[in-house]
Amino acid sequence: MTYYVVKRLLLFIPTLVLASILIFSLMRVLPGDPALLRLVGDTGATEWTAEDLARERARLGTDKPWLVQYFNWAWGMLQGDFGESMYYDTPVVDDLKERLPITIQLTIMGIGLAIIMSVPLGVISAVKQDTWIDYISRAFTVTGVAMPTFLTGILIVFILVVSFNWLPPLGYAMIWEDPVRNLQQMVLPAIALGFYDTCFIARVTRSAVLEVFREDYIRTARSKGIAERLVVYRHTLKNAMLPVITVIGWQFGRVLSGTVIIETIFVVPGMGGLLINSILHRDFTMIQGLVVLVTLMVMSVNLVVDMLYAVLDPRIRYA
Amino acid sequence: MASRDVGSLEAQMTLTRRGMDRLRSAQATAKGFSTRKPLGAAGAVLVLILVFIAVFAPLLAPKDPYHVDPVGNRYSAPGGELILGGDEVGRDVLSRIIYGTRLSLHVGIFSVVLGIAIGAVLGISSAYVGGKFDLVVQRIVDTLMAFPGLILALAIMAVLGSGVYNVIAALVVVFVPGVTRIVRSQALSIKEMDYVTAARALGCGASRIMVRHILPNTFASLIVLATITLGWAIIVEASLSFLGAGVPADIPSWGGMLSYSAQRYIKVAPWLIIAPGVAIGVTVFSVNMLGDALRDVLDPRLRGTGSSA
Repeated sequence: MTYYVVKRLLLFIPTLVLASILIFSLMRVLPGDPALLRLVGDTGATEWTAEDLARERARLGTDKPWLVQYFNWAWGMLQGDFGESMYYDTPVVDDLKERLPITIQLTIMGIGLAIIMSVPLGVISAVKQDTWIDYISRAFTVTGVAMPTFLTGILIVFILVVSFNWLPPLGYAMIWEDPVRNLQQMVLPAIALGFYDTCFIARVTRSAVLEVFREDYIRTARSKGIAERLVVYRHTLKNAMLPVITVIGWQFGRVLSGTVIIETIFVVPGMGGLLINSILHRDFTMIQGLVVLVTLMVMSVNLVVDMLYAVLDPRIRYA
Repeated sequence: MASRDVGSLEAQMTLTRRGMDRLRSAQATAKGFSTRKPLGAAGAVLVLILVFIAVFAPLLAPKDPYHVDPVGNRYSAPGGELILGGDEVGRDVLSRIIYGTRLSLHVGIFSVVLGIAIGAVLGISSAYVGGKFDLVVQRIVDTLMAFPGLILALAIMAVLGSGVYNVIAALVVVFVPGVTRIVRSQALSIKEMDYVTAARALGCGASRIMVRHILPNTFASLIVLATITLGWAIIVEASLSFLGAGVPADIPSWGGMLSYSAQRYIKVAPWLIIAPGVAIGVTVFSVNMLGDALRDVLDPRLRGTGSSA
């Protein structure tokens, strides 16, 4: 197990290097000059000369060869320095420190809510197969997986605005400053974010439970006269959770990108708004830093999920 | 002479009979599909209707979707001169929805076809050639798959700027790794089949084996994969346009229609949200239903690969 984890952690290095090279070259090879964009300004009316442009490029470092630029950036990142924003001139790390925790909280709450709601829904649906409960839950989940995240978000805002005159709050309280207010603000975005996964995971849970129900050991358990409740809790659930956890692992990256949309709709000051802003301003260093960090997070979650398999299923042993 | 005539007649009859059989079997397949998978069949019908709307958009749309009428029709309620109402500059919502169908399917189909084609070529050649080529391709695929799809698409759009073909390009980059991975794993097992060995023994070259023997055997999965990816493509395009990083704002797109009106005008003009919302929901729903049914029928191995943005 330790050997496996170390091996997987070592594999992070080439993947991250390749990821940083890919995202860096993407930002450089394709057209668009952040120096020019800064000079022109938001209105496009500002006057500038060729010397200004050269000076600006030198200041941003975009006049150096790509290779030099890449190594400067990558070397900085290894020391925790993600470079300076090409638009705001502030260190990228500062923005990330401020925004990333919010997004991580939202992601965890979204996935958490999805798990809390979907697993019971899927289990009930399977236990009561072909009853009205099952039909309603299936109709609900089928509709849910056809709804893009942003549609769910907008619909929730829409319903709240029309029926309760509610508006997305403008201020934002960090969880360590004012936990109650923070949770109040985050619950709705988290529900919107996790809605697709609630439905998707419920579907997976239902079919996983139904599959386990057909196994011989369940028939044995029932024939021994074990209470149905115990059959479900002790014998079925444990075995049915494996595919469910796989799916949750897959969904992590999707939920993380979903925050970009949900944060825009609910005015949550997380990484999403930052990313959209940097895209509008061609803030290459910011985009690079964000993408590399997000990739690292997704890879770590995948590793944790793979390790969970071994914990949950004694048959799986990584050598 | 006579015998030859009889022979050709016989051949002709066989041909006709074969044609009839084929037609009958196609009918039977369609009928069997619709009885076994009623939801899938409904999805197929809806998709056909959407394609029809997309193709004949100029004939179906009651107004010019670009026509701005801020004085007369700004936020005009549905049911008046404009059936689904007017938006913030008085453009006809219904016409924009109809043209939006065209954009959604255009972007969706182009990106999926390109993504599947490139992914199939990379996947099959990676599996068949193997060695260092396989290693390099797979490492790049690994890396690209580590990026969350929407964020990679956003980063690409950041560099390309908004535009219909830029969205298609971004989607292709996002789709290719997954397709490559799936096609490669199938090609790896097909490669070991006896008929491939036989073809090699007959002296077929690598490209002939890949095109004539491996590729056709992945078609079933490719069709399923294409349908599942299409639903995803439509969602990602809508999401990009919603975030303002997709197609330019004046081009009618469902995601774009939601972005402009979504928050500020919810109370004044709720129809601005409901119409594109329903359009997206129905489209993705029907494509997903069709995809699920096709997967169950054609390639149950792909169960669980459906994903969405």
